[in-house]
Amino acid sequence: MRADALTWALRRVGERTLSWIERVGFAARFSLAVLAHSPAALRRIQLTMREIYFAGVLSLVIIMVSGLFVGMVLALQGYEVLTRYGANESLGVLVALSLVRELGPVVAGLLFASRAGSAITAEIGLMKTTEQLSAMEMMAVDPLARVVAPRFFGGIISMPLLTALFSTLGVFGAYLVGVKLIGIDAGAFWGNMQSAVDFRRDIANGIIKSVVFGIAVSLIAVFEGYNARPTAEGVSTATTRTVVASSLSILALDFVLTVFMFRGIGV
Amino acid sequence: MNRSAIDLWVGIFVVIGLAAIAFLSLKVGNLTSVSSAPGYHLDAAFDNIGGLKLRAPVKAAGVVVGRVEKITLDPQSYQALVSMRVDQGYQFSKDTIASILTSGLLGEVYVGLDSGGDTQMLADNGRRIAKTQSAMVLEKLIGQFMFDKAASGTTAPMANDAPKAPPKPAQTGTAIVGGAK
Repeated sequence: MRADALTWALRRVGERTLSWIERVGFAARFSLAVLAHSPAALRRIQLTMREIYFAGVLSLVIIMVSGLFVGMVLALQGYEVLTRYGANESLGVLVALSLVRELGPVVAGLLFASRAGSAITAEIGLMKTTEQLSAMEMMAVDPLARVVAPRFFGGIISMPLLTALFSTLGVFGAYLVGVKLIGIDAGAFWGNMQSAVDFRRDIANGIIKSVVFGIAVSLIAVFEGYNARPTAEGVSTATTRTVVASSLSILALDFVLTVFMFRGIGV
Repeated sequence: MNRSAIDLWVGIFVVIGLAAIAFLSLKVGNLTSVSSAPGYHLDAAFDNIGGLKLRAPVKAAGVVVGRVEKITLDPQSYQALVSMRVDQGYQFSKDTIASILTSGLLGEVYVGLDSGGDTQMLADNGRRIAKTQSAMVLEKLIGQFMFDKAASGTTAPMANDAPKAPPKPAQTGTAIVGGAK
Protein backbone atom coordinates (compact mmCIF):
# COMPACT_ATOMS: atom_id res chain seq x y z
CA MET A 1 0.00 0.00 0.00
CA ARG A 2 2.66 2.46 1.05
CA ALA A 3 4.90 1.29 -1.76
CA ASP A 4 2.09 2.01 -4.19
CA ALA A 5 1.70 5.54 -2.84
CA LEU A 6 5.44 6.03 -3.16
CA THR A 7 5.56 4.88 -6.78
CA TRP A 8 2.56 7.04 -7.52
CA ALA A 9 4.28 10.10 -6.07
CA LEU A 10 7.50 9.30 -7.90
CA ARG A 11 5.59 8.81 -11.13
CA ARG A 12 3.96 12.21 -10.70
CA VAL A 13 7.37 13.84 -10.16
CA GLY A 14 8.74 12.10 -13.24
CA GLU A 15 5.74 13.08 -15.31
CA ARG A 16 6.01 16.72 -14.26
CA THR A 17 9.74 16.80 -15.00
CA LEU A 18 9.35 15.19 -18.40
CA SER A 19 6.54 17.51 -19.46
CA TRP A 20 8.55 20.48 -18.26
CA ILE A 21 11.60 19.35 -20.25
CA GLU A 22 9.39 18.75 -23.27
CA ARG A 23 7.94 22.24 -22.97
CA VAL A 24 11.37 23.85 -22.65
CA GLY A 25 12.61 21.85 -25.62
CA PHE A 26 9.56 22.81 -27.65
CA ALA A 27 10.06 26.50 -26.77
CA ALA A 28 13.72 26.30 -27.81
CA ARG A 29 12.94 24.58 -31.10
CA PHE A 30 10.14 27.08 -31.71
CA SER A 31 12.52 30.03 -31.14
CA LEU A 32 15.04 28.53 -33.55
CA ALA A 33 12.30 27.92 -36.13
CA VAL A 34 11.15 31.55 -35.85
CA LEU A 35 14.72 32.72 -36.34
CA ALA A 36 15.13 30.37 -39.31
CA HIS A 37 12.02 31.86 -40.90
CA SER A 38 13.07 35.45 -40.28
CA PRO A 39 14.66 36.00 -43.74
CA ALA A 40 11.36 35.09 -45.38
CA ALA A 41 9.50 37.48 -43.10
CA LEU A 42 11.94 40.32 -43.64
CA ARG A 43 11.86 39.83 -47.41
CA ARG A 44 8.14 40.47 -47.36
CA ILE A 45 8.58 43.63 -45.33
CA GLN A 46 4.93 44.63 -45.76
CA LEU A 47 3.86 41.94 -43.29
CA THR A 48 6.27 43.25 -40.66
CA MET A 49 5.16 46.83 -41.36
CA ARG A 50 1.61 45.85 -40.57
CA GLU A 51 2.71 44.34 -37.25
CA ILE A 52 4.77 47.42 -36.37
CA TYR A 53 1.59 49.39 -36.94
CA PHE A 54 -0.46 47.17 -34.62
CA ALA A 55 2.18 46.67 -31.92
CA GLY A 56 3.98 50.02 -32.10
CA VAL A 57 1.82 52.79 -33.52
CA LEU A 58 -1.30 51.78 -31.66
CA SER A 59 0.69 51.60 -28.37
CA LEU A 60 1.94 55.18 -28.83
CA VAL A 61 -0.83 56.86 -26.87
CA ILE A 62 -0.58 54.70 -23.74
CA ILE A 63 3.22 54.81 -23.79
CA MET A 64 3.47 58.56 -24.26
CA VAL A 65 0.79 59.46 -21.71
CA SER A 66 2.29 57.07 -19.13
CA GLY A 67 5.78 58.47 -19.75
CA LEU A 68 4.57 62.01 -19.25
CA PHE A 69 2.83 61.21 -15.98
CA VAL A 70 5.65 59.04 -14.63
CA GLY A 71 8.07 61.90 -15.30
CA MET A 72 5.81 64.45 -13.64
CA VAL A 73 5.24 62.32 -10.53
CA LEU A 74 8.95 61.51 -10.33
CA ALA A 75 9.73 65.24 -10.42
CA LEU A 76 7.25 66.04 -7.66
CA GLN A 77 8.40 63.24 -5.37
CA GLY A 78 12.07 63.76 -6.17
CA TYR A 79 11.81 67.46 -5.42
CA GLU A 80 10.21 66.68 -2.09
CA VAL A 81 13.17 64.51 -1.03
CA LEU A 82 15.97 66.51 -2.66
CA THR A 83 14.81 69.72 -0.97
CA ARG A 84 15.70 68.23 2.42
CA TYR A 85 19.32 67.99 1.33
CA GLY A 86 19.33 71.29 -0.53
CA ALA A 87 19.95 69.50 -3.81
CA ASN A 88 17.00 70.81 -5.84
CA GLU A 89 19.24 71.42 -8.81
CA SER A 90 19.89 67.68 -9.14
CA LEU A 91 16.24 66.99 -9.95
CA GLY A 92 17.04 66.67 -13.66
CA VAL A 93 19.78 64.13 -12.90
CA LEU A 94 17.49 62.05 -10.68
CA VAL A 95 14.67 61.96 -13.22
CA ALA A 96 16.82 61.42 -16.31
CA LEU A 97 18.93 58.65 -14.79
CA SER A 98 16.01 56.74 -13.33
CA LEU A 99 14.04 57.02 -16.57
CA VAL A 100 16.82 56.22 -19.01
CA ARG A 101 18.38 53.40 -17.00
CA GLU A 102 15.44 51.64 -15.37
CA LEU A 103 11.94 53.04 -15.54
CA GLY A 104 11.89 53.67 -19.29
CA PRO A 105 12.77 50.13 -20.42
CA VAL A 106 10.91 48.36 -17.60
CA VAL A 107 7.64 50.31 -17.53
CA ALA A 108 7.50 50.61 -21.32
CA GLY A 109 8.16 46.85 -21.49
CA LEU A 110 5.38 46.06 -19.00
CA LEU A 111 2.94 48.30 -20.87
CA PHE A 112 4.02 46.80 -24.17
CA ALA A 113 3.50 43.28 -22.84
CA SER A 114 -0.02 44.03 -21.69
CA ARG A 115 -1.01 46.22 -24.63
CA ALA A 116 0.64 44.45 -27.60
CA GLY A 117 1.87 41.08 -26.30
CA SER A 118 -1.57 39.99 -25.12
CA ALA A 119 -3.10 41.06 -28.45
CA ILE A 120 -0.52 39.03 -30.41
CA THR A 121 -1.19 35.93 -28.28
CA ALA A 122 -4.96 36.26 -28.59
CA GLU A 123 -4.74 36.76 -32.36
CA ILE A 124 -2.48 33.77 -33.02
CA GLY A 125 -4.38 31.64 -30.50
CA LEU A 126 -7.69 32.40 -32.17
CA MET A 127 -6.15 31.68 -35.59
CA LYS A 128 -5.15 28.30 -34.23
CA THR A 129 -8.56 27.68 -32.67
CA THR A 130 -10.37 28.47 -35.92
CA GLU A 131 -7.85 26.28 -37.77
CA GLN A 132 -6.57 29.13 -39.93
CA LEU A 133 -3.02 28.00 -39.24
CA SER A 134 -3.82 24.46 -40.43
CA ALA A 135 -5.52 25.92 -43.50
CA MET A 136 -2.38 27.88 -44.30
CA GLU A 137 -0.29 24.75 -43.99
CA MET A 138 -2.62 22.95 -46.35
CA MET A 139 -2.13 25.75 -48.88
CA ALA A 140 1.64 25.27 -48.50
CA VAL A 141 1.98 28.61 -46.68
CA ASP A 142 4.21 28.26 -43.64
CA PRO A 143 2.39 29.93 -40.71
CA LEU A 144 5.72 30.51 -38.96
CA ALA A 145 6.91 32.71 -41.84
CA ARG A 146 3.52 34.27 -42.62
CA VAL A 147 2.08 34.83 -39.14
CA VAL A 148 4.61 34.32 -36.37
CA ALA A 149 7.89 35.81 -37.62
CA PRO A 150 6.41 39.20 -38.72
CA ARG A 151 4.80 39.66 -35.31
CA PHE A 152 8.06 38.74 -33.60
CA PHE A 153 10.06 41.29 -35.57
CA GLY A 154 7.35 43.92 -35.34
CA GLY A 155 7.63 43.70 -31.56
CA ILE A 156 11.43 43.82 -31.54
CA ILE A 157 11.51 46.91 -33.76
CA SER A 158 8.74 48.72 -31.89
CA MET A 159 10.03 48.20 -28.36
CA PRO A 160 13.22 50.38 -28.41
CA LEU A 161 11.39 53.21 -30.16
CA LEU A 162 8.55 53.10 -27.65
CA THR A 163 11.07 53.07 -24.78
CA ALA A 164 12.89 56.11 -26.16
CA LEU A 165 9.59 57.94 -26.49
CA PHE A 166 8.61 56.96 -22.94
CA SER A 167 11.88 58.32 -21.51
CA THR A 168 11.72 61.48 -23.62
CA LEU A 169 8.18 62.27 -22.58
CA GLY A 170 9.15 61.49 -18.97
CA VAL A 171 12.02 63.99 -19.06
CA PHE A 172 9.68 66.50 -20.67
CA GLY A 173 7.11 65.91 -17.92
CA ALA A 174 9.79 66.43 -15.27
CA TYR A 175 10.79 69.65 -17.05
CA LEU A 176 7.19 70.86 -16.96
CA VAL A 177 6.81 70.16 -13.24
CA GLY A 178 10.35 71.04 -12.13
CA VAL A 179 11.04 74.15 -14.16
CA LYS A 180 7.64 75.52 -15.11
CA LEU A 181 5.65 74.62 -12.01
CA ILE A 182 8.13 74.52 -9.11
CA GLY A 183 10.58 76.98 -10.59
CA ILE A 184 13.97 75.27 -10.64
CA ASP A 185 16.46 77.09 -12.85
CA ALA A 186 16.20 75.69 -16.39
CA GLY A 187 19.96 75.97 -16.97
CA ALA A 188 20.76 73.95 -13.84
CA PHE A 189 18.10 71.37 -14.73
CA TRP A 190 19.51 70.63 -18.19
CA GLY A 191 23.16 71.30 -17.37
CA ASN A 192 23.36 68.93 -14.39
CA MET A 193 21.45 66.34 -16.38
CA GLN A 194 23.87 66.51 -19.28
CA SER A 195 26.95 66.29 -17.11
CA ALA A 196 25.61 63.25 -15.24
CA VAL A 197 24.01 61.21 -18.04
CA ASP A 198 26.57 59.43 -20.15
CA PHE A 199 25.74 58.20 -23.62
CA ARG A 200 27.45 54.83 -23.54
CA ARG A 201 26.89 53.98 -19.91
CA ASP A 202 23.30 55.15 -19.49
CA ILE A 203 21.53 55.73 -22.79
CA ALA A 204 23.10 52.91 -24.83
CA ASN A 205 22.58 50.46 -21.95
CA GLY A 206 18.95 51.56 -21.70
CA ILE A 207 18.47 50.90 -25.41
CA ILE A 208 20.12 47.47 -25.10
CA LYS A 209 17.74 46.67 -22.24
CA SER A 210 14.72 47.68 -24.30
CA VAL A 211 15.85 45.50 -27.23
CA VAL A 212 16.29 42.51 -24.89
CA PHE A 213 12.85 43.11 -23.35
CA GLY A 214 11.37 43.44 -26.84
CA ILE A 215 12.83 40.06 -27.83
CA ALA A 216 11.57 38.45 -24.60
CA VAL A 217 8.03 39.85 -24.80
CA SER A 218 7.60 39.14 -28.53
CA LEU A 219 8.94 35.61 -28.22
CA ILE A 220 6.73 34.78 -25.24
CA ALA A 221 3.69 36.31 -26.96
CA VAL A 222 4.03 34.38 -30.22
CA PHE A 223 4.99 31.19 -28.40
CA GLU A 224 2.00 31.25 -26.05
CA GLY A 225 -0.31 32.01 -28.97
CA TYR A 226 1.10 29.24 -31.13
CA ASN A 227 1.12 26.81 -28.22
CA ALA A 228 -2.39 27.67 -26.97
CA ARG A 229 -4.95 24.91 -26.52
CA PRO A 230 -7.42 25.41 -29.39
CA THR A 231 -10.41 26.29 -27.21
CA ALA A 232 -11.88 29.55 -25.99
CA GLU A 233 -10.56 28.78 -22.53
CA GLY A 234 -7.15 27.86 -23.92
CA VAL A 235 -6.82 31.23 -25.68
CA SER A 236 -7.74 33.13 -22.53
CA THR A 237 -5.25 31.09 -20.46
CA ALA A 238 -2.54 31.72 -23.05
CA THR A 239 -3.20 35.46 -23.04
CA THR A 240 -2.99 35.60 -19.27
CA ARG A 241 0.20 33.58 -19.32
CA THR A 242 1.73 35.94 -21.84
CA VAL A 243 1.20 38.95 -19.61
CA VAL A 244 2.37 37.17 -16.45
CA ALA A 245 5.41 35.49 -18.02
CA SER A 246 6.43 38.64 -19.93
CA SER A 247 6.20 40.83 -16.85
CA LEU A 248 8.17 38.41 -14.69
CA SER A 249 10.84 37.87 -17.31
CA ILE A 250 11.18 41.63 -17.87
CA LEU A 251 11.76 42.19 -14.16
CA ALA A 252 14.16 39.26 -13.84
CA LEU A 253 16.10 40.16 -17.00
CA ASP A 254 16.27 43.77 -15.82
CA PHE A 255 17.97 42.70 -12.62
CA VAL A 256 20.47 40.49 -14.47
CA LEU A 257 21.24 43.16 -17.07
CA THR A 258 21.62 45.84 -14.40
CA VAL A 259 24.10 43.67 -12.51
CA PHE A 260 26.20 43.29 -15.64
CA MET A 261 25.84 46.87 -16.88
CA PHE A 262 26.29 48.93 -13.76
CA ARG A 263 28.36 46.79 -11.42
CA GLY A 264 31.74 46.77 -13.05
CA ILE A 265 31.58 44.31 -15.91
CA GLY A 266 29.73 46.41 -18.46
CA VAL A 267 31.15 49.79 -17.50
CA MET B 1 -6.57 50.09 -43.04
CA ASN B 2 -5.00 50.15 -46.48
CA ARG B 3 -1.37 49.70 -47.20
CA SER B 4 -0.27 53.27 -47.80
CA ALA B 5 -1.91 54.48 -44.58
CA ILE B 6 -0.07 51.80 -42.60
CA ASP B 7 3.21 52.77 -44.28
CA LEU B 8 2.61 56.41 -43.41
CA TRP B 9 1.87 55.69 -39.75
CA VAL B 10 4.82 53.34 -39.38
CA GLY B 11 7.00 56.01 -41.02
CA ILE B 12 5.80 58.64 -38.54
CA PHE B 13 6.32 56.21 -35.65
CA VAL B 14 9.88 55.33 -36.67
CA VAL B 15 10.81 58.98 -37.26
CA ILE B 16 9.55 60.23 -33.88
CA GLY B 17 11.10 57.17 -32.20
CA LEU B 18 14.49 57.97 -33.71
CA ALA B 19 13.99 61.64 -32.84
CA ALA B 20 13.40 60.57 -29.22
CA ILE B 21 16.67 58.58 -29.22
CA ALA B 22 18.47 61.61 -30.69
CA PHE B 23 16.91 63.85 -28.03
CA LEU B 24 18.04 61.50 -25.27
CA SER B 25 21.57 61.33 -26.69
CA LEU B 26 22.07 65.03 -27.35
CA LYS B 27 19.90 66.94 -24.89
CA VAL B 28 19.68 64.55 -21.92
CA GLY B 29 23.06 62.86 -22.39
CA ASN B 30 26.42 64.33 -23.19
CA LEU B 31 27.21 62.78 -26.58
CA THR B 32 28.18 66.19 -27.95
CA SER B 33 30.80 66.97 -25.31
CA VAL B 34 34.02 65.28 -24.27
CA SER B 35 33.40 61.61 -25.03
CA SER B 36 34.63 61.24 -28.61
CA ALA B 37 37.25 64.00 -28.78
CA PRO B 38 40.84 62.82 -29.37
CA GLY B 39 42.90 62.90 -26.21
CA TYR B 40 46.13 61.87 -24.53
CA HIS B 41 47.00 60.15 -21.28
CA LEU B 42 48.42 61.64 -18.13
CA ASP B 43 49.37 59.69 -15.01
CA ALA B 44 49.61 60.86 -11.44
CA ALA B 45 50.41 59.07 -8.17
CA PHE B 46 48.49 60.07 -5.06
CA ASP B 47 48.97 59.05 -1.41
CA ASN B 48 45.20 58.92 -0.99
CA ILE B 49 42.52 59.40 -3.60
CA GLY B 50 39.60 59.54 -1.17
CA GLY B 51 36.37 58.83 -3.02
CA LEU B 52 37.69 59.28 -6.57
CA LYS B 53 35.90 57.01 -9.05
CA LEU B 54 36.36 55.90 -12.61
CA ARG B 55 35.10 58.41 -15.18
CA ALA B 56 35.30 61.22 -12.63
CA PRO B 57 35.94 64.55 -14.34
CA VAL B 58 39.38 66.14 -14.64
CA LYS B 59 39.03 69.89 -14.30
CA ALA B 60 41.33 72.82 -14.86
CA ALA B 61 40.06 76.12 -13.46
CA GLY B 62 36.67 74.47 -13.10
CA VAL B 63 36.43 73.48 -16.78
CA VAL B 64 36.11 69.76 -17.55
CA VAL B 65 39.11 68.85 -19.70
CA GLY B 66 39.09 65.05 -19.40
CA ARG B 67 38.07 61.97 -17.43
CA VAL B 68 39.70 59.47 -15.07
CA GLU B 69 40.25 56.24 -16.99
CA LYS B 70 42.06 53.89 -14.64
CA ILE B 71 42.82 53.67 -10.92
CA THR B 72 45.34 51.12 -9.62
CA LEU B 73 47.50 50.64 -6.55
CA ASP B 74 51.26 50.68 -7.00
CA PRO B 75 52.42 47.58 -5.10
CA GLN B 76 55.89 49.08 -4.38
CA SER B 77 55.07 52.53 -3.08
CA TYR B 78 51.47 51.84 -1.98
CA GLN B 79 50.34 54.91 -3.84
CA ALA B 80 47.25 55.15 -6.02
CA LEU B 81 48.09 55.48 -9.71
CA VAL B 82 45.43 57.49 -11.51
CA SER B 83 45.42 57.47 -15.29
CA MET B 84 43.56 60.32 -16.91
CA ARG B 85 42.53 60.98 -20.47
CA VAL B 86 42.76 64.66 -21.34
CA ASP B 87 41.43 66.35 -24.48
CA GLN B 88 44.02 66.92 -27.16
CA GLY B 89 43.23 70.62 -27.27
CA TYR B 90 44.44 71.25 -23.73
CA GLN B 91 48.16 71.17 -22.90
CA PHE B 92 49.58 71.50 -19.41
CA SER B 93 53.03 72.66 -18.30
CA LYS B 94 55.49 70.21 -16.77
CA ASP B 95 55.15 71.59 -13.26
CA THR B 96 51.37 71.15 -13.17
CA ILE B 97 49.97 70.20 -9.77
CA ALA B 98 47.23 67.54 -9.69
CA SER B 99 45.00 67.48 -6.62
CA ILE B 100 41.96 65.50 -5.54
CA LEU B 101 39.14 67.91 -4.81
CA THR B 102 35.47 67.78 -3.92
CA SER B 103 32.87 70.12 -5.34
CA GLY B 104 30.93 71.37 -2.36
CA LEU B 105 30.70 69.53 0.94
CA LEU B 106 28.99 66.42 -0.41
CA GLY B 107 29.59 66.88 -4.15
CA GLU B 108 31.43 64.70 -6.62
CA VAL B 109 35.15 64.04 -6.27
CA TYR B 110 37.30 65.19 -9.18
CA VAL B 111 40.92 65.75 -10.16
CA GLY B 112 41.95 69.39 -10.36
CA LEU B 113 44.90 70.44 -12.52
CA ASP B 114 46.71 73.69 -11.70
CA SER B 115 49.10 74.61 -14.46
CA GLY B 116 52.48 76.04 -13.47
CA GLY B 117 54.83 78.40 -15.25
CA ASP B 118 57.11 75.92 -17.02
CA THR B 119 57.45 76.48 -20.77
CA GLN B 120 57.75 72.75 -21.45
CA MET B 121 54.47 70.88 -21.75
CA LEU B 122 53.49 67.43 -20.50
CA ALA B 123 53.57 65.10 -23.51
CA ASP B 124 51.45 62.05 -24.32
CA ASN B 125 51.47 58.59 -22.72
CA GLY B 126 53.15 57.70 -19.50
CA ARG B 127 54.16 61.23 -18.63
CA ARG B 128 53.59 61.46 -14.96
CA ILE B 129 52.51 64.58 -13.15
CA ALA B 130 55.19 64.91 -10.50
CA LYS B 131 53.42 67.17 -8.03
CA THR B 132 50.26 65.81 -6.50
CA GLN B 133 48.08 66.61 -3.55
CA SER B 134 45.99 63.93 -1.87
CA ALA B 135 42.37 63.94 -0.97
CA MET B 136 41.31 65.47 2.27
CA VAL B 137 39.66 62.74 4.34
CA LEU B 138 37.01 64.29 6.52
CA GLU B 139 37.17 61.66 9.25
CA LYS B 140 40.91 62.11 9.71
CA LEU B 141 40.50 65.85 9.75
CA ILE B 142 37.85 65.66 12.45
CA GLY B 143 39.98 63.15 14.36
CA GLN B 144 42.96 65.46 14.27
CA PHE B 145 40.87 68.43 15.28
CA MET B 146 39.53 66.60 18.30
CA PHE B 147 42.98 65.40 19.28
CA ASP B 148 44.41 68.92 19.00
CA LYS B 149 41.58 70.26 21.09
CA ALA B 150 42.21 67.63 23.72
CA ALA B 151 45.95 68.22 23.71
CA SER B 152 45.88 72.02 23.93
CA GLY B 153 43.16 72.86 26.45
CA THR B 154 42.20 70.46 29.21
CA THR B 155 38.61 71.65 29.03
CA ALA B 156 36.24 69.03 30.37
CA PRO B 157 33.97 68.11 27.40
CA MET B 158 36.77 67.63 24.90
CA ALA B 159 39.05 65.79 27.31
CA ASN B 160 36.39 63.11 27.57
CA ASP B 161 36.64 62.53 23.84
CA ALA B 162 40.41 62.31 23.79
CA PRO B 163 40.71 58.49 23.96
CA LYS B 164 38.51 58.17 20.88
CA ALA B 165 40.93 60.22 18.78
CA PRO B 166 43.46 58.40 16.58
CA PRO B 167 46.45 57.19 18.60
CA LYS B 168 49.16 58.58 16.31
CA PRO B 169 48.44 62.23 15.64
CA ALA B 170 51.71 62.94 13.84
CA GLN B 171 51.08 60.36 11.12
CA THR B 172 47.48 61.34 10.51
CA GLY B 173 48.67 64.89 10.16
CA THR B 174 50.96 64.08 7.24
CA ALA B 175 48.33 61.91 5.63
CA ILE B 176 45.86 64.74 5.61
CA VAL B 177 48.12 67.26 4.02
CA GLY B 178 49.51 64.64 1.66
CA GLY B 179 52.23 67.03 0.70
CA ALA B 180 53.54 68.03 -2.71
CA LYS B 181 56.26 65.61 -3.61
